[in-house]
Amino acid sequence: MEQFRALVRAQDRQPVRYLVVDDSIFARKNLSRIIEAFGGQVAGEAGDGCTAITEYDRILPDIVFMDITMPQMEGIEAAERIVHLHPNARVIMVSSVGYQENIVAALQKGARHFVQKPVKPELLYEVVKYVLGEDGIAVEPQEEVNGESVQ
Amino acid sequence: MKIELIQPFINAADAVIGETMQCTAQAVDVSMDEGVYRKTGLAARVTITGDIEGRVIFDVTRDTAAKVAVCLSGSDAPPDDDLMRETVCELANLVIGNAVTSLNDQGFRFKVHPPEFHSSEAGLKGSEDTEALVMRFDTPAGSVFMNIAMQYHHRRRQDTQFD
Repeated sequence: MEQFRALVRAQDRQPVRYLVVDDSIFARKNLSRIIEAFGGQVAGEAGDGCTAITEYDRILPDIVFMDITMPQMEGIEAAERIVHLHPNARVIMVSSVGYQENIVAALQKGARHFVQKPVKPELLYEVVKYVLGEDGIAVEPQEEVNGESVQ
Repeated sequence: MKIELIQPFINAADAVIGETMQCTAQAVDVSMDEGVYRKTGLAARVTITGDIEGRVIFDVTRDTAAKVAVCLSGSDAPPDDDLMRETVCELANLVIGNAVTSLNDQGFRFKVHPPEFHSSEAGLKGSEDTEALVMRFDTPAGSVFMNIAMQYHHRRRQDTQFD
């Protein structure tokens, strides 16, 4: 996989921490590989919306990748609940079902962006960078070793 | 079954297989089947409810599943059964998700349920009085089968008769 300039947190130059929510273990593994290529850290995983809420409270990630179609509680409802409790939460919906209604519903419930599967890493990278805004910076991979200053 | 329901699945399979496996998928065989579906290898079933109701089965041989799993996971290690099952479910999820996205853009409203791994050797009846469309795609990793049994929901079907 293509290696990207590492996305780190602007405040402390530490890797961006992600929560990956998908009922497919395969999809979670795939997203984890992509996160690794972004220089990020998978802080937690969840296989349904309920667990996602609990995990968010526990690890307070910088970014959430949230699937939509999941058992127990679907991703849009989980995103809504997370954003209700944590208004600054950055939730990016990642789903194969990418029709307009879903996208609009997700954005109305507080998701920041929507990426359709199969995920193109280069597209997801740009979306993460956009969603992080000034809270994230891209550095060369060797620059962010130990979270040291890179300037 | 109408072509307007079928074409999105062909397009989605072609696009998703091409994107995930970096190869082309060619629809080489299309037939109708009214019998009980018997899987050829590892099969995942996705149920759809709403204006269109039914199910789609995504079916690949074990050998094909193993090759696809290696390709998608980026690992050289031989995949175990769990990984192969996950691969088939995820591939089904991707193809069907993309197909229903296209159908939704045409005005159909429905819900897609999470994929279920279909492990029974006994066969699977699609749905009452619904014939299934069976498609075979050839890829460099082997053949991929899709078995689609769908019909308009009664209310929608009545609406379309007056169109």
